Amino acid sequence: MPTYTDMTRCDGCGECVDICPSDIMHIDPVYRRSYNIEPNFCWECYSCVKACPQHAIDVRGYADFAPLGHKVRVLREPEKGAISWKIRYRDGRVKEFAFPIRTTPWGSIKPPSDYAVPDAAALNSPMLAHEPEALKIAALPTLSPRDKEKV
Amino acid sequence: MARRTKFVDSDILIIGGGFGGCGAAYESRYWGRGLKIVLVEKANIERSGAVAQGLSAINCYMGMQWGENQPDDFVRYTRGDLMGLVREDLVFDVARHVDSTVHKFEEWGLPIIKNPQTGRYLREGKWQIMIHGESYKPIIAEAARKSATEVYNRVMVTHLLLDRVRPNQVAGAVGFSVRDGSYYVFRAKAVIVAAGGGSHLYRPRSVGEGMGRTWYAPWSTASAYGLLIPTGALMTQMENRIVLARFKDGYGPVGAWFLLLKSHATNAYGEKYEESRFEEIKARVGKYADIKPMPTCLRNHAMLEEMKAGNGPIYMHTQHVLDTKEKEEVGWEDFLDMTVSQAVVWAAQNIDPKEQPSELITSEPYVMGSHATCSGAWASGPEDLAPADYQWGYNRMTTVAGLFGAGDTIGGSAHKFSAGSFTEGRLAGKAAVKYVLDLKGAPPQVDEAQVAALKEMIFRPLENYRVGRNEIVAGTVSPSYLTPLQGLQRLEKLMDEYVGGYSTFYVTSEPLLNRAMELLGMLKEDMEYLGAEDLHQLQRAWELHHRVLTAEAVTRHTLFRRETRWPGYYYRADHPQLDDAEWHVFTASQYDAQTGEWRMSKLPVHHIV
Repeated sequence: MPTYTDMTRCDGCGECVDICPSDIMHIDPVYRRSYNIEPNFCWECYSCVKACPQHAIDVRGYADFAPLGHKVRVLREPEKGAISWKIRYRDGRVKEFAFPIRTTPWGSIKPPSDYAVPDAAALNSPMLAHEPEALKIAALPTLSPRDKEKV
Repeated sequence: MARRTKFVDSDILIIGGGFGGCGAAYESRYWGRGLKIVLVEKANIERSGAVAQGLSAINCYMGMQWGENQPDDFVRYTRGDLMGLVREDLVFDVARHVDSTVHKFEEWGLPIIKNPQTGRYLREGKWQIMIHGESYKPIIAEAARKSATEVYNRVMVTHLLLDRVRPNQVAGAVGFSVRDGSYYVFRAKAVIVAAGGGSHLYRPRSVGEGMGRTWYAPWSTASAYGLLIPTGALMTQMENRIVLARFKDGYGPVGAWFLLLKSHATNAYGEKYEESRFEEIKARVGKYADIKPMPTCLRNHAMLEEMKAGNGPIYMHTQHVLDTKEKEEVGWEDFLDMTVSQAVVWAAQNIDPKEQPSELITSEPYVMGSHATCSGAWASGPEDLAPADYQWGYNRMTTVAGLFGAGDTIGGSAHKFSAGSFTEGRLAGKAAVKYVLDLKGAPPQVDEAQVAALKEMIFRPLENYRVGRNEIVAGTVSPSYLTPLQGLQRLEKLMDEYVGGYSTFYVTSEPLLNRAMELLGMLKEDMEYLGAEDLHQLQRAWELHHRVLTAEAVTRHTLFRRETRWPGYYYRADHPQLDDAEWHVFTASQYDAQTGEWRMSKLPVHHIV
């Protein structure tokens, strides 16, 4: 199926519709809740599962090769910079993992326009923004004219 | 039918909000403070492109600050991996800048794992570093949103526009909103195509629900090439498709297992088959067999020979390497960050990697420019590195004036992966700013008649469906239209059977390729009759157009290169040897939209390192 939506939990908010990279989470016009309209174009990327405020979306592995009875559940907490997983095997074994996802507050990235305007002449150099400092080496590597003559 | 047209003017239009597009947005804003920069994406840039799900490693980082690798080392590595053929100027250029990109990512908040002994980034392999990368894309998307003047999500770009009087200069692009059906006309001085490579050109191994679990994302629809080819931009190495050795069915990555955890693969009888097949490989490809590490395609080849010999399943022996809690977490995170499906397969099939091995297999082929492969547009190289015939003005500009590319779009520039694609976007972004500021005279003009004709053409599948649907009671079988899925599956089947898919063990030949061209010709005619039930299916219809055009390029290039350069990616049964005397060259094609003719040629490979 890959993703499916729990009828009793979904409130039809549309977060999954907004995030799905494959555009396959749509709102059912009768039930006013989301569902996967094209399971065979689902990558099981979990973007909708992570985005759902109601935890209403789950994954049942592709019927072609995934026997029933498993669960891979996730809780993504952006404000804590963390994600946790709970994996339940077909035979009942359980594994749990938690990993960091970001080290800085969301929204904290400095926009490129907040840096000093670069010198006009630098537009003609091979240097990119913040270089060479951001390379953490003295100078941008290049090839000597002798190397280019080899061609 | 009345349909709203929306005009969007910009200095720089960026098509595709994956890593290439986000890099282009950031850099073009840095250098072009007053410019209007518009980013358009068919999904939502928060989770779009190949990295939508996340990644567990950055596969392109030099570590120059610690003297770990230098750009020329990287050129030698990619050249070897691609059996001698890469654009060394482009590869060197990505390599010398990529460290600054990665350092910026870390500053922005991407958790990069450190080696506790050295304090340096933890190396997965010589070129790879480990990250906690579940939110890799949302972090990069935040930077892009703060850079672009406007971001248009859920707008599918279908065609590029050329200037009304200067036919080799870009003027913009058109497409439609997948949400409200508006027709969008983007008019721009420069365009950076940072769209995706191609999954689903070939029949995937899983064809039911699991057909979505291709290795590359199903939303990577070859638009990088489908947009460029009709402009007449010179394309290169389109035959250089890639086949991946991956965990079976879930397509979980193998890099961390081989390189970091030091796991190994064997056939069903416990034999390390790569070593035992070395002499046979050497006989095929000569000196290239001695390259260390063994090129990706040749490792595939060894696995394929084992499978043909009935020595499968091939196993990755995970059970020997997960002896600590830390290593077990590394192994699981590798999948949970970027390929959750493989964790689903383990849970569903009761496979605990600590206790038993997992099957490996070779995937269906993919066409792309950012991995261990380099299909894409022929691009101008950097001023201080490129040989004279690789350079015509602006870095990463295609042979069409003002039309730039990054990531999967650019050919010859292999092994970029995520950070390298972002870096290439930065290079294209800076060059596009320079191009726009240098542009003299009147800005490019779109052709109003063409814009009107494209509007009719783009929405025609909705009309085909509306009319044809009334001829039948119900269901999907119509004598008047094909659904996009039906068209896609015809494409996948013919590419698989004639152009070297998995069902022939990646073997093709001139007669097979000629037959493919006949069938592709009829598919192209039938594409006029695609029927789309709604805007979502209209998106699928135009994704299919991009795939079909790309598939034709792949077929023509495969026909043109009369050798087997990359055994393990594909085989020309009628030319089974690698032939450096004739084919140590790039293949090139140029499509003429007026006549429908393709012109094939060879371009020189220069070794600058």
